[in-house]
Formats: sequence, structure tokens, C-alpha cells
Amino acid sequence: MSDNHLTQESASRRQFLKGSTAAMGGLMVGAWLPPFAPKSAAAAAVATQKGALGDRFAEGFGAFVRVGHDGRVAVISPKIEMGQGIHTGIAMMVAEELEVGLDQIDLQEAPPDADLYTDTLLQFQATGGSTSTRYTWEPLRRAGATARMLLVEAAASVWKVEAGQCQARDGQVLGPDGQALGYGKLVDLAATYPLPETVELKQPEAFRLIGTPAQRLDTPAKVNGEAKFTIDLDVPGMLITSARACPVYGGTVRQVSDRAARAIPGVKDVVVLENAVAVTATNTWACFEALKALDIEWDYGANRELNSARLGEKLHEASRRDGVVAAENGNIDQSLDTAATQFEAVYEQPFLSHSPLEPMTCVAHVQADGCDLWVGTQVPGLAQQTAASITGLSPEQIRIHNQWIGGAFGRRLDFDFITQAVQIASKVDYPVKLTWSREEDMTHDMYRPRYVDRMTAAIGDDGYPAGWRHRIAGGSIIARYLGGLPDNGVDFDAVEIAVDPVYHLDDLKVHYIREEPEVVPISWWRGVGVLRGIYAVECFIDELAHNAGIDPLTYRKTLLQHRPRVVAALERLAEQSNWGDPLPEGRGRGLAVGEVFGSVVATVVELSAVGDKGIRIDRLVTVVDCGLVTNPTSVKAQMEGGTLFGLSAALFNEIEIEQGQVQQENFHEYRQLRMGEAPSVEVDIVPSAEAPGGVGEAGTALIGPALVNAVHAAFGDRVRQLPLTRSGYYIV
Amino acid sequence: MQTVKVNNQTHVVDVPGDMPLLWVLRDILKLTGTKFGCGIAQCGACTVHMDGQPIRSCVLPVGDVSGREITTIEAIGEQPLAQKVQRAWLDHEVAQCGYCQSGQIMSAVALLANNNRIDDHAIDQAMAGNICRCATYTRIRSAIQDVSESVGVWQP
Repeated sequence: MSDNHLTQESASRRQFLKGSTAAMGGLMVGAWLPPFAPKSAAAAAVATQKGALGDRFAEGFGAFVRVGHDGRVAVISPKIEMGQGIHTGIAMMVAEELEVGLDQIDLQEAPPDADLYTDTLLQFQATGGSTSTRYTWEPLRRAGATARMLLVEAAASVWKVEAGQCQARDGQVLGPDGQALGYGKLVDLAATYPLPETVELKQPEAFRLIGTPAQRLDTPAKVNGEAKFTIDLDVPGMLITSARACPVYGGTVRQVSDRAARAIPGVKDVVVLENAVAVTATNTWACFEALKALDIEWDYGANRELNSARLGEKLHEASRRDGVVAAENGNIDQSLDTAATQFEAVYEQPFLSHSPLEPMTCVAHVQADGCDLWVGTQVPGLAQQTAASITGLSPEQIRIHNQWIGGAFGRRLDFDFITQAVQIASKVDYPVKLTWSREEDMTHDMYRPRYVDRMTAAIGDDGYPAGWRHRIAGGSIIARYLGGLPDNGVDFDAVEIAVDPVYHLDDLKVHYIREEPEVVPISWWRGVGVLRGIYAVECFIDELAHNAGIDPLTYRKTLLQHRPRVVAALERLAEQSNWGDPLPEGRGRGLAVGEVFGSVVATVVELSAVGDKGIRIDRLVTVVDCGLVTNPTSVKAQMEGGTLFGLSAALFNEIEIEQGQVQQENFHEYRQLRMGEAPSVEVDIVPSAEAPGGVGEAGTALIGPALVNAVHAAFGDRVRQLPLTRSGYYIV
Repeated sequence: MQTVKVNNQTHVVDVPGDMPLLWVLRDILKLTGTKFGCGIAQCGACTVHMDGQPIRSCVLPVGDVSGREITTIEAIGEQPLAQKVQRAWLDHEVAQCGYCQSGQIMSAVALLANNNRIDDHAIDQAMAGNICRCATYTRIRSAIQDVSESVGVWQP
């Protein structure tokens, strides 16, 4: 065989490539850059220390896939793992095209690099909005396929045959005469080739891995205590830190008396920030105790008088104004004037906390010439920026070591806690691990906004709507997150679904009325604008159906004739949930349907009225058409978990504010669904050849309206305000 | 000085007696598999075994565990029954973010080890103290049912 030839070739290539390739030991194939990332931008990256990723960035090498001399494949994930199973999904995409087993793949977190890892759907490097599979689907498979082509080409060159005579299989290339070479032996040669002009991806019929249930790569470490989250990290010389921020958002520290706190064994330093006081200590308990022992005089600031009742009044008032117009088709004013009947309903959704079980955590080490952050973040680029702005270091000097996240649900799309960790670390000469208490976490969240939707329909003689006016009042996440609104003044997240409800309407006018709560910061929460929009639209359409005396599923279908994919999902749901079968008195079904995150989802809740206000959920059925499925196990798990996550919120959760302060501090006041209350979720995945859709938030978005509609069916009571506990309901 | 016996090893640690066992495990002994979630025994992420019984280590002062046997997620796999539970957790692909699962598994192992009849109600009771924000409850139940059946204690 030609091993000698190969070895000589490898040696010379190694010398030629030098630098990081030799150090990394192998072929680095990124193979694909985001469509709008100019090659020159990638080339510029090489000139900086980013080149450590791979020294052929200019040609697109090194971004996503690297094959080592040992044949192992490193997949650099632009998406963080927070329970959604995306690492396994991405590994499957690469493995499918690269023709390796999942057990040959090691996952690494991508560093912040907008040129390489910008999610083209989100327009920045982030994990959120249920885009992970949708975005990675093309570039990650392409990266795997490109690496495979180069490796095959290398083997063909060694054997002096045509590439077309060879095939890749299980981490090796097989030749026409029974030759076989492992990828590890081919990487140096392959790395010398230019990227192929065209890369052909497998047709779905040829998939061997994608579409089959795969054991997740991260779960073995999650059953024996080995999995490390940010809260578990220990870097040399590190102390623990925790903080107490002003109980009123926007307030500041006036003065601190820390004598008692410093007397607690293990306490090292007390660090006073503008809006918070932090303690560092050798252990977390000492930190928490010292924080309690601090005597802090606060300046509560402008929000000290605000409370939930007043905020609610302001939102309801706002929902009567016109604000800015987010969408307008037809002429709703005229339709309302001439309609046989009008119908108006007002829906209210509360502030929500994320409350992931891992509270906010971040390990930070600030030194004169650089800063290291070990933190689970959905936004590594923003984490880098905030650290750079606090420390005065350049972004390149901020090294982000992204970590598995112990639940995020949108919370770690924000970086307030990273900012705080860097602020503390900047004032001490050792690394610190910031760990918030649960109370700090719940009272200093970035909350899902409270919203009021006022909807007014023009109803024809047949009971169907000609159209409706939809007024949406609430704070703007977009304005806070992006620093402003587009020129038209519309928060495009807040009006999602509303501006394009799936139903056929001749007339539609959507108003966005921005009414900032001021008293709490607001941010992304699992389901985002889709969830809030679906709640209003799916409750409203259900009310219209009942008013018309028409079965709510039939009613929806009539208005959906132009959306066959949605109709198909509804028909499947009807079958799966036995929709047409009669139920005894006191038992009812409610449904909701939507096109969400590129998927079509339809959900039925079947429940029994127990006594006056007791709810027993008898069945929960959800149909999901999310296009081509990568890992059915993960799709099912996300639909189950996402649905119950939303159920918990719709039943129980509301953040309330009195005297400017969040009232819910821990899980006894912000309760979660528990084992005996959690129904099983029947998930039906529609076989589909459509492009992949998102599933991480799809179940969450649909359950609220399905539940409320089921409550109406069983109790005859139309609840328009979440959570249901607010109206006296409880779970049996 | 406090004496704690964790996973068959005795440690003498220089901490106040009112420090919860959780922080001794995590910060002093560096056994970070046991998680912090709430600090007030509401979420169960900190569940460990004391003499085989599940307890919430976030509210148990270390001064009260002297002479007791503490077992954490790091060592529970040495018990054959717990191995079955961990295997079932993988077979049912229970974990999502995984943060609560140490506590879930510790509660489940105690349920299985201490009862010779298990039904859905027993699962509801034994697991009621463990919150999973990813809401993997259905799969946790299935995994416990599976192990219960395989060791002959499932009596629905």
C-alpha cells in the first residue's frame, strides 16, 4: 500500500501548513460561510488570533468541522446546548454527510465570531427563536459533505483512481479494489485541496441517520453527576460571589454597612456596584449569609410606587388607543360599520419569570491583558461585547468559554448577570463565580412582558368574520434589546401572528400601542411573540365559533381553505384526539392551531370539571408538522416538555409588583407543575418532506389557548386572563 | 470542625455547623453533581440520600449529619438498582437540560429501594418534591415504571 507515500506527503504538508493546523492535528473544514459573510471578512479573521480556530478561514476552513489525525471529528456548534438536543441534531447532520458514526463526533462550542457563526434567521450569533435546526440544516450538512468530498479526493489521489470510484463509509474511504483508508490518514492531504465548487447534499431518501431516533450525546453525563454547568465550574484561585441588587428596578445603592457581613467566616470582599452589592467568599453559603447580613440603604428611584394594578390599568387604557398600525388589509372600519354583529374581547397575559433551575451564574476572570468568561450563554457575541465595554479590553481579548445551560427558556439571551460578574471581577484580583440565590434570580429576572390584546370582529350573517381589528398593548422587547424600534414604530415581535393570523380575513387591522412597564426589564421568554399572538388569536377564533354555534374545529377549517398544510394538521388532530366523539357533561375539549416557527402545530386539551373550579386534564394531544425531522426523539421530547412548560405558566404563573418590587421570590410563590399534576402529552409527528421547522417553542405557544378553550367547553366559563389560578381555577 | 461521611469516605471539614450539607458537598468536597435550585427545599435539585432516605441537602445543616451515611449522585451508581435507574433514564431519553436530573434520580432510587409495591400514586408522592423546568415528568414516570417492573415491584 501507499502508506509511505502518504507519510511523506503528510510530513511535507505539515511543514507547509505549519501553525495551528499542525498544532490542532488535522483537517479543518468549515466549508461554508454564512451567505452574507464576505470572504474578505473571513480572511481578516485569520490575521487575528481567531486564526487559532483553523488557519484556512479565507477558504472557509475550520468553522464547523475538523477531522483529526486520529479520525475523530470535531463539530463546532454555533448553537449552545440547553436541553433542546441541538448538539445531537447538529452532530447527526454532519455525520450523515461525512459518513461517520455519531460516536466519532466530539462537540465544541463556537467562540463569538459574527462572520462565521451568525444565524441568518436571527441576524446575529445566538441560540433562540427556535431557529437552531432551521438555520444549521443547510450549512452543517454542507460542511460535512465538503469534508467528505475532500477526503475522498485525497484517497483517490493516493490510489491513483477517480474519486467517483471511491466511496466514504464509517469514517473511511473505500477504493475500487478493496482499498481502505481511515479519515485520519487522509486529512493532511485533503487539507491541501481547494474547496469544491459545488457540493451535492444527500436527498432525504438516502439518509441513514437523519430521521432515525438517536440517543442524545449529552445525556449520559446527565445521569451520573458528571455534567458540568456554569455553577459547577472551579477555576484555580476562584472565589464564589453573589449579589443583592436594589429590589426596585432602576434603584441604586446609597450606602452600605458591611461589618456583620465581613465577620462571617469565609467572606473575603464586599464589592459595591451602582445598583447592587456583592460579596466574595470561599463558599456560596457564606456569600448568601453575608448578603443577608448587609445593611444596605437603597435609593429606590423613580419606580418605587409602581404596582401591578396600576400597570394593568395603563395597559387597558392603552388598548383603547390606536398606536401605530402594524398591518392593514381591506377596510375594517367599514366592515365594522356594516357588519351584522360586532364582537369584542380583551385578553390579558401576565409578566412571567423564566426561573430556570440553574439560577444565573457566570465565572469571570479579569486581568490586565484579557478576560475569561466561563458561562452558559445564548449570545456569546453580546457577552463578549459587554465584557469589553466594562473592562476597556478589546473584544478579541475577551475569551468566552460557553457552557451547557441548566435551563434558559430565553433567560440567557440576556447578559445582565454577565455584566454584573465582570463588574465584580474587575474590582478584585482573582476569578469569581457569580451564583445568584433563587430569590435574586426570581426578583431580578428580565420578564416576559404583560400584554393586553383588544380584538373586535365584524361578523357576517353566516357567523363568520369579515375581519377584525386587533389592538396590542405592551412593552417592547425589541426596543430594549436592539436599542430602538424600526422607523414604522412597530415591535415586530409583539405583533407576530396578529399581522398574519392563519385565517382568511377580508379585513384586518393590527395596532401596536407601546406601553412600557418601566418597573421591570422585559425580555424573551420561550415562545416569544408567537406565543403571545397565538394566545389572543386562538382564544378569539374559538369565541367566534361558539358565538356562531359552529364546532370550533370545523369553523377554523372553513377559514383555512387556503392553508392546506394547516387543514391537514387539524384533520389529523381531529382523528388523534377523537374530536368528534361525544363527552359526558362536565368534560370538554379545547383546541388551538398555528403556523409557528416554521412548523404547523395543533393541540387539543381534554379536561374534566371537578367541582366548581377544579381542573383534571384527561388528555393532551398535539400534532406537529415540522417538516423533515432530524432526530424524532428530540422533536417528541421538545413537544412534550415545551407543552408542559407552557401549561405550568398558563395555569399558575404571574409575576406581580407592589411598591415597585417583584413579589414572587421562590418556587412556593411561583409554583410549577409537579409530577402528579403533569399529564402525558401524546405527540403525533406528521411525516413531511417540507423544510425543517422549529419545535423548541412550538408546544409552549399552543397550550395556553387550547387549555382556556377547553375550560370554556367544560365549565362554560370564558376566561380571558392568564393564569387560570387568577380566576380561581386549580389543578386536581 | 464537622465530620461528614459521604460516599463511604469520612471528611473533617472546617465549616460552621449550620452550613447546609449542599454547600459542603459542592463547595468544600467539590461534589458538584448535587445541584442548587431554590435553597428552601422546594425544588429537589439538591436531593441526596441520608442512610438511604432522600433528603433536601439545601436545608439540612451539616452539623446534623454526623454519624449518618450520605450518598450522592456521584456514587449512587455503585448500587445495582441505581444503575438500572440510570440506564432507564437513558433508554427513555429523560434528560433535557439535565440540571434537575441528579435530584430526580436520587428520589427515584430511594422510592425503588424502599418500597416493595409501587404504583402511579407512589410515583406522584415520591417525586412531588422534584421540579423539572423542562417538564420531563412523563418520561421520568415511564423510566420509574420500567425499573419497577424489571425488579418486580410494579403493582398498578
